[in-house]
Amino acid sequence: MADYQSCLAFLCELLQKYNRKRVMINENTGLVADLGLSSLEVMEVIEQIEDHYDISIPLNILPDVNTVADLAQKIRDLNP
Amino acid sequence: MLLDKFKEMAAFQSELRDRKLKAFGAVTDEILSATEGVVEGRRVILAGTNNYLGLSADPRCIEAAREAASRWGTGTTGSRLANGSFAEHQALEAELAAFYGVGHAICFSTGYSATMGTCATLAGPGDVILLDADSHSSIYSGVKLSGAEVIRYRHSDTGDLAKRLRRLGDRAANTLIVAEGIYSMLGDVAPLAEIADIKREYGAMLLVDEAHSLGVLGERGRGAAEAAGVEDAVDFTVGTFSKSLGGIGGFCVSPHAELEDVRYCIRAYIFTASSTPSVVASTRRALQILRDEPQLRERLWDNARRLYSGLKALGLAVGPTPSPVVAVEFADREAAMAAWQQLFDNGVYVNLVVPPASPSTNYLLRNSMSAAHSSEQVDRIIDAYRGLIDAGLVTPDAA
Repeated sequence: MADYQSCLAFLCELLQKYNRKRVMINENTGLVADLGLSSLEVMEVIEQIEDHYDISIPLNILPDVNTVADLAQKIRDLNP
Repeated sequence: MLLDKFKEMAAFQSELRDRKLKAFGAVTDEILSATEGVVEGRRVILAGTNNYLGLSADPRCIEAAREAASRWGTGTTGSRLANGSFAEHQALEAELAAFYGVGHAICFSTGYSATMGTCATLAGPGDVILLDADSHSSIYSGVKLSGAEVIRYRHSDTGDLAKRLRRLGDRAANTLIVAEGIYSMLGDVAPLAEIADIKREYGAMLLVDEAHSLGVLGERGRGAAEAAGVEDAVDFTVGTFSKSLGGIGGFCVSPHAELEDVRYCIRAYIFTASSTPSVVASTRRALQILRDEPQLRERLWDNARRLYSGLKALGLAVGPTPSPVVAVEFADREAAMAAWQQLFDNGVYVNLVVPPASPSTNYLLRNSMSAAHSSEQVDRIIDAYRGLIDAGLVTPDAA
């Protein structure tokens, strides 16, 4: 089972390649608000997370995901 | 403010007005034939209409519509569950079921409501929907309404689909897989034989949207599942009357008797007026023609191959295989818009597709072929694309 901190570390590293605005990425960083991810990029990120943890992330949870912390928490919840 | 979220769209629309680019919502002033019209005051070849068999202008379909309007009136003024079930609707449903060789069919007022309504209703809370990432907007709208858990698989990636079913464990039995026959933007065909194998292995159900493949693929024109020889693995086939059948409306057919109960649970069927009798009558006639005249399909494919090979020979970025939908991809936004305008100015109307409607960050000039196009018209379309190269709007691929 992946704990919250390791999910967070993985996400911060993964999101660096989308960090066009060169902001400091931490758990409070907004995926769209701060990083400016497009809808296509959000789905790319989701696919990479799914491959890494061997999970499927339902689209239903995405409206509740705004920050890196939100996403890390969802991964932790989905990872048995 | 409530309306602030539309500012980005307002800016885009303003830009289009300033540039006088009529790519979206161009007004057709006159239809001269299935493949020619006057659009925004200019006579053009229609190469972006999905009129695959050219039946929108078929005199037999027009006459059927005229007779039905005289007999039944202009509209039904009610839903199928109230006063809107006419004998025409029932006859069309029976003919569709017979055409597909299944026991059950439902007709809808639009293709969008057929796909959306079916997806929204078949799976519900506690169920899972596995949909192709490049699914049509109507599918995305439907699954969102369903209350089911919604998971995307990578476009036409059967390995990814199987992996996601494995992850579901016992829940795979409560899963609806959704695929399209031909994908509307790039014209690629779903790997339905492999999807059918995976569906059987995991005990899921399969829905195939044949909107762009009805009348286009398969020995009898039933679509991609027929062409792949896996119709027996398809639990629900949905489609539209607005493309190869030249009308408007949609359908769902199924071998499962439960479809007759599902009918009374689909809100997009219950709470909307039924199709006008004239449209149903023209659709019935068009379905007969589709069934009885396979030469239309052959002509469509001759034109599709002619356009595809012509554009490919120019070195343009087209898909991997010929299809009645031939899309030319542009990475550059400005070039794509200028290219659309130049084609239009040279008498060729195609579809301009911008992200996120396109499946990537690329822009598309999307061409759809018709059985009614003449060889000469197809060559004129190719010539117009050659003009884009001459104008420096697109660089041919060296390969």
